[in-house]
Amino acid sequence: MSKKERNISFVQGNEACVRGALYAGVKFFAGYPITPSTEIAEQLARELPRIGGSFIQMEDEIASMCAVCGASLAGSKAMTATSGPGFSLKQEAIGYAVMAEIPCVVVNVQRAGPSTGLPTKAAQGDVNQARWGTHGDHSIIAMTASGIQDVFNVTIEAFNFAETYRTPVILLFDEVVGHMREKLVIPPQGELPVVERLKTSVKVGVNYHPYLPREDGRLPMSDYGGEHRFHVTGLYHNIWGFPTENPDESHRLLRHLVDKLENRAHLLARWKEHHLEDAESVLISYGSSARSALHHVEGCRAKGHRHGLLELQTLWPFPKQLVREKTARARHVFVVEMNMGQITSQVKAVVDDPDNVFLINRLDGSLVTPSDIESIIRVVEGRGV
Amino acid sequence: MSVQDLIRQRFFPHLWCPGCGHGIVLNNLLRVIDAEGYDPYSLCMVSGIGCSSRVSGYVNFHTMHTMHGRALACATGIKLTKPHLKVLVPMGDGDAMAIGGNHFIHACRRNIDLTAIVLNNRIYGMTGGQYSPLSGPGVLATTAPYSSIDNMFDTVKLASGAGASFVARTTAFHVREIQSILKKAIAHKGFSVVEILVGCPTYFGRKNKLGGQVELMEHYRDSTVPIGSKKLEENPHLIQRGIFVEEERAEYCAEYARIIERAVKEQ
Repeated sequence: MSKKERNISFVQGNEACVRGALYAGVKFFAGYPITPSTEIAEQLARELPRIGGSFIQMEDEIASMCAVCGASLAGSKAMTATSGPGFSLKQEAIGYAVMAEIPCVVVNVQRAGPSTGLPTKAAQGDVNQARWGTHGDHSIIAMTASGIQDVFNVTIEAFNFAETYRTPVILLFDEVVGHMREKLVIPPQGELPVVERLKTSVKVGVNYHPYLPREDGRLPMSDYGGEHRFHVTGLYHNIWGFPTENPDESHRLLRHLVDKLENRAHLLARWKEHHLEDAESVLISYGSSARSALHHVEGCRAKGHRHGLLELQTLWPFPKQLVREKTARARHVFVVEMNMGQITSQVKAVVDDPDNVFLINRLDGSLVTPSDIESIIRVVEGRGV
Repeated sequence: MSVQDLIRQRFFPHLWCPGCGHGIVLNNLLRVIDAEGYDPYSLCMVSGIGCSSRVSGYVNFHTMHTMHGRALACATGIKLTKPHLKVLVPMGDGDAMAIGGNHFIHACRRNIDLTAIVLNNRIYGMTGGQYSPLSGPGVLATTAPYSSIDNMFDTVKLASGAGASFVARTTAFHVREIQSILKKAIAHKGFSVVEILVGCPTYFGRKNKLGGQVELMEHYRDSTVPIGSKKLEENPHLIQRGIFVEEERAEYCAEYARIIERAVKEQ
């Protein structure tokens, strides 16, 4: 079989994300040029019209996210892509998508911030913004990946989660993963599960309630332009989608928005693990820094040190149970990330002994290296400087 | 079909203040839709935030009540996805021209087939009477207690300059004109902007000692003239009403359909 028949290519992370989105059935993209995510927009501008989908470059980041909300409610699987400054601007409409329960995928190929920051350098400083960037209590799904094949797979999962739970899903990639090249194998369509939009079975002429859950809790959708007329608002609303100030309805809505994801954290958790079975030191990492962490772990194993790596792919809802389990027997826990400890604080909150959790980071726009990791672990383990 | 079938009757009476001009516009919009025989399933209304944006809750179409200023951006996503829908976008002056100003000019430039209805009462009503970009100098508002020094946009000039292919202005007093203009605006293939001057007796009228709705209606009757009226020679400050721009130009969704055709062929 030729490489083309097996669909093997050598691509950037951003292109793998595009391939994953197309595999998952994306039909609409609205965006605005921004480094280091622009390749996603460029490639979808070429690909979407080929499959009858729509690409539009909007006037700003806010408008892009709004157009995504509109397109999704009109029936298309929709996404946008951006980086830090654009992610800040999108928060308003991300909140709208949370409130109105609009399935969509938002890619943030992270750069160093705050503000314009280091547009072409690596960082993972938007982890908490993905969780809490928009105002008000809510929950969100955020996922990440460290390699090109994983970017492809996680992008498909992001669309699947968005459709299943009617929620925006954030893909938190970083500059290194977005721009590095690796082998990508695209399986034949049908091999990986793709969740299609759950359409309402309510017949024409019968009242459709956009926020009336089925027995399994899922909310079937109708499309603008389809067989039912319905209302969507960013205000607190009832099962009809109309505004309410009723305290019971308001309470129920907020609990629903939070619980539908937080209560399923274990189902939403995606991770990879390396040499954890007998690990005395457990490293926790994600995105490009997990590559350095893995390099370190494998080097240690060769020297007989029992180190292991838990690589998180779901960051939000934070997989508490998983982290507790995987660190239960560890003497030390090291969190490797390129920020001031945004996931470290989550880990400290769930383990029995938070004083045994150490942050290994870099904040200068450079990828944290295996030797950065080694030098800190040596000190903590008492193996000298 | 009657007008009653186009509304969600259970939400009436509406939430607008007595004397507010928004109800007049809604009334005439529904009459146009009824008279033209539009299927309500082919209509979508997208609105932002403010008094005018509550229109979307009252009409029995596909409706989306979005964020402040963002209605046109959301509507763009809907229209590109379902180009057969007639998409109506009612907006207030602050919603359309301040926080939504960027979306407004770019929707004009794209000439995407949406109907923007700017309900201009020269004040932020929902938040209690602050000045807007359409208030103009000398207006009193809660945030301009010594009178506003801000110059105003001219919606018609802004929309025309930005590239809208249908631009019109009328007032809540001129109800027949509202109907004739809306009829053309909705049928127009391209971005249409209809500015309707409406009275806000609660805040604008009261703050500026212009009286109640009756006096505001008289004000719009007396301070406006049809485009090119001879009265302008005596008083150039009179506001012109009518259709300023009505041109056939390449429409965005139609052009994108051609891109799809090309992309499919060239694969």
